[in-house]
Amino acid sequence: MTDALFYLFAAMSLLFGFLVVANPFSRNPVTSVMFLVLTIVSLAGLFVLLHAFFLAAVQVLVYAGAVMVLFLFVIMLLNIAEETKRRIKLFGALTGLGTVGGLAALLTHTLWNSGIPTPMNPSLEGETKLLGQVLFTQYLLPFEIVSILILVAMVGVILLSKRELK
Amino acid sequence: MQALLDILTNHREVAMSLAKIVAVLAVLLPMVAYSVLAERKLSALIQNRVGPNRVALPLIGGIPILGPFLTRLGFWQPLADGLKSFLKEDFTPAHVRKAYFWLAPALALVPAFMTMAVIPFGSFLGRERMVLADLNVGILYTFGIVSLGVYGIVLAGYAANSKYPFLGGIRSSAQLISYEIAMGMSVVPVFMLVGDLNLSKVIAYQSDGLTSWLVFKQPVAFVIFMVAAFAETNRLPFDLPESETELVGGYHTEYSSMKFALFFMGEYSNMIASSAMMVTLFLGGWTLPFFGLNATPNEDGAIWMGLAHIGIFLAKVMCLLVVFIWVRWMLPRFRYDQLMDLGWRRFIPLGLANIVVTAVILFLQAKQ
Repeated sequence: MTDALFYLFAAMSLLFGFLVVANPFSRNPVTSVMFLVLTIVSLAGLFVLLHAFFLAAVQVLVYAGAVMVLFLFVIMLLNIAEETKRRIKLFGALTGLGTVGGLAALLTHTLWNSGIPTPMNPSLEGETKLLGQVLFTQYLLPFEIVSILILVAMVGVILLSKRELK
Repeated sequence: MQALLDILTNHREVAMSLAKIVAVLAVLLPMVAYSVLAERKLSALIQNRVGPNRVALPLIGGIPILGPFLTRLGFWQPLADGLKSFLKEDFTPAHVRKAYFWLAPALALVPAFMTMAVIPFGSFLGRERMVLADLNVGILYTFGIVSLGVYGIVLAGYAANSKYPFLGGIRSSAQLISYEIAMGMSVVPVFMLVGDLNLSKVIAYQSDGLTSWLVFKQPVAFVIFMVAAFAETNRLPFDLPESETELVGGYHTEYSSMKFALFFMGEYSNMIASSAMMVTLFLGGWTLPFFGLNATPNEDGAIWMGLAHIGIFLAKVMCLLVVFIWVRWMLPRFRYDQLMDLGWRRFIPLGLANIVVTAVILFLQAKQ
């Protein structure tokens, strides 16, 4: 049952991910955004199968619910008539494929050398409290650095959106 | 048929889950229909009118006192409304984007139903827990699903491919995202007190009598959550996405017949879902601090106790629905800049301050 669901969600995320970048039926950016939402939801399904309920919920909440809505918002406000007519350029396709190939090589190399993965700590499964404890003790420094990064991004956005600072 | 029965007897859990889903929908859909009626009757009361009082059924209308009473109450009006929605012409304007035009009404309705999955609507009935999915991350699931609800409205505005629905869609996406943040901030102190994200645990925390209800422990959080719920469900005073006086009806201007009815049902199911959330988070869920009804019954508790808990939950939800309707006919609509100002400059700082204050109090309590 779990295996079948894994293959289902994995196939769905690959298919929808493909349709985001190269949809043969529509070059409409809004359609791409909607397929990206479906990709994210399929990935959340994979997280659920790994018993990472917290990650799954946050994935849907933050990416599908907030970030993609803002994407949609911006795309709807832009003039998308030109975008639908744009052809795929050879240079873009080549560099894109090159990047994907490089990442895939890196990933297979890492997986190949890491051997059989040890089963993860079962006490972490779906427990938000334990996740928080690990985050605020063992990984406190990276957590705080990420927080500061987000703060810097926020300050940057405010600085950019204000034409003149009073 | 025999094979189906075999599956149901062998997989009791699956069978019970299916039965519960059917039962929840069987209660939810009539509730949606009758909250529309309640809206019309209450608005009539507030504006000194009579409201719907004409629809009568052939046989029941003939019963001496009951028949005319039900007719005056408008009891059959939802039937007439539903029939009208089905029989009206389903018109698709030529200029719309077809795929999204068809997708949007469904996307508006489905998330509202899905939020019901984690809400505990009763204690035990026999040996069965009265919740569809007792998730560890219940509240996060709800917020995730609620945040998907915006797609229905945004895509409806986009699909219509005309100016007013588009403005409605843009307004709604800005409004929903803004108030989602305030809503998320407001519930953090609740879970700091409870110490768990599971909604059943939240109710267990509140079963120590009236003073343990979180509405009294976290009044600020309750007010923020309630106002944000009004904004999230597009209800007056925050119905700017559809404000009919300036946008002709906003995102559902181009919709007719059953597709329009789906948006309508989505709005009312959203109201019911957020009322159920408020009851669970702040008003003690299915508990009542009288007659020993707040005790969690054990697995073989009395059936009447389980039924009473479901009744209490439904009664609380209905009280909040009346508040939703009441507010709509009492307050004028906000201006858009006022709406954004209230969300970003009042509620989000207030919610953050509430988190800090609660954290300090909890810290001092822990030190003693």
